[in-house]
Amino acid sequence: MFASRGEELIKICNDNHIPIWEYAIREEVLLSEVSRQDVIENMRRTLHVMVDASIYAQEQPVRSISGLIGGDAYKIKLYADKGKTLTGGFLNRAMARALSSSEVNAAMGRIVACPTAGSCGILPAVILSAGEKLNNSEDELINALFTAAGVGVIIAKNATLSGAEGGCQAECGSAAAMASAAVVEMMGGTPEQAFTAAAIVIKNILGLVCDPVAGLVEVPCAKRNVAGTVSALTTADLVMSGVFSKIPFDEVIEAMNRVGRQMPVSLRETAQGGIAITPTALIFKKEIFKD
Amino acid sequence: MQDYSVFDIVGPIMIGPSSSHTAGAARLAKVAATIADGKIIKAEFLLHGSFAETYKGHGTDKALVAGILAMEPWDERLKDSFKLAKGEGIEIIFTPTDLGEVHPNTVKFILTKEDGSVSNITGSSIGGGNILIIDIDGQEVAFTGKYPTLLAQYRDLPGVISKLSSVLYEENINIANMRVYRNGKGKTATMALEADSIITEVVAEKIRNIKEMNSVQSINPIVEGVF
Ligand code: SF4
Repeated sequence: MFASRGEELIKICNDNHIPIWEYAIREEVLLSEVSRQDVIENMRRTLHVMVDASIYAQEQPVRSISGLIGGDAYKIKLYADKGKTLTGGFLNRAMARALSSSEVNAAMGRIVACPTAGSCGILPAVILSAGEKLNNSEDELINALFTAAGVGVIIAKNATLSGAEGGCQAECGSAAAMASAAVVEMMGGTPEQAFTAAAIVIKNILGLVCDPVAGLVEVPCAKRNVAGTVSALTTADLVMSGVFSKIPFDEVIEAMNRVGRQMPVSLRETAQGGIAITPTALIFKKEIFKD
Repeated sequence: MQDYSVFDIVGPIMIGPSSSHTAGAARLAKVAATIADGKIIKAEFLLHGSFAETYKGHGTDKALVAGILAMEPWDERLKDSFKLAKGEGIEIIFTPTDLGEVHPNTVKFILTKEDGSVSNITGSSIGGGNILIIDIDGQEVAFTGKYPTLLAQYRDLPGVISKLSSVLYEENINIANMRVYRNGKGKTATMALEADSIITEVVAEKIRNIKEMNSVQSINPIVEGVF
């Protein structure tokens, strides 16, 4: 059975001298009773869907079914290409990727829920951007997805990955934490450092509520995917410089779980609080659901 | 503590925007159409709770129709399902309603088939694209379709279950879980049986040949990523 806590997983990895991704693959083979090759090929298919979704809305403006969002990935791609950004081509391209998947999702395109559909932009944007920069092979990107999934399993076991249960910290927060941990391993960091990155990301997003306008996975979701992506990437650098989290990962996840439980129902995906009940949001809602 | 596959976390591959309102809806409808068993000419969807309120924005309507057309939750034609249904001459009706004390994402399917017969199936989308069928033609049931499932309606007489299980035994299919639902002794019973391996049409046909059987369907889990 998959490790229950981060601490336990780190110890297993250290004792066996393996990275998190290797542990995650081995556990998946045991759980699913299919071959290692099949498990890896399954993740390869997953990666391909991610790549497509992260490119599609950069190349042409797409529109969500409600008409509320779309076209932003295209905008930021053009902006990044002009080369006059403040934070550089790397971060701008990462933001474009995140928005692209989110917009494709809102337009009924094909995506990978990772961990959810609402947060589907973060992990692909982070892995693909880091992979491009680090010149990683496809197999290395697949490994990174296993690292991310491994961290996600631990979060799922000890808290929740659903906005309806734990707010957006549980969706976009978990996605960013998983992604940051994966990048740390891609950069040669240890399992302990990977979990440190996840802990720092969650601490920085702790308390974020789930308040989708009109109950749709569009506003503020798409831009939270951008924020999560940036947080995951910058935190990886922070950790690779040698910075550690004063509070260990497992305790941070416990805190997230507690905060999620303390959130009123109005701030957990019901569209009855936060951004969802601002006057402008209510006007959008009325327009979308008229007739 | 629950065990998770890495593909529960990084996955599923699906058509957006919502695993419960879109992917789960498509899956529910696909299972409902399988249970209805026959060419559907008219589909009415009674939408409850959150499904009733937000079905347009989430594309729940398109996903439901796609499921009736046997599409999987990751099929990119999902958003064009209305057009495809029209091409096949299927009449579609959406009715927001209140189905009572059920999960907020619940839909009742009223499916009319070519021969004029009607099937009523109710199910809920319970999160992450997972579903639960809760009622078939007025008979309360509970199964998820996550595992190979055999659904049998039969006259509730002694020995039927043993005839059925001996067919499975001969075919080397292990029963993981089995539940029988019935309205009264000697009447019609419904069995939902979950197995460890796929129940092929050949096996289902053998079970149909048991004389007490009224109807038998095998619902096999979706195999992700075949597109
Ligand atoms: S606001 Fe809610 S629906 Fe939107 S991404 Fe966050 S958790 Fe998901």
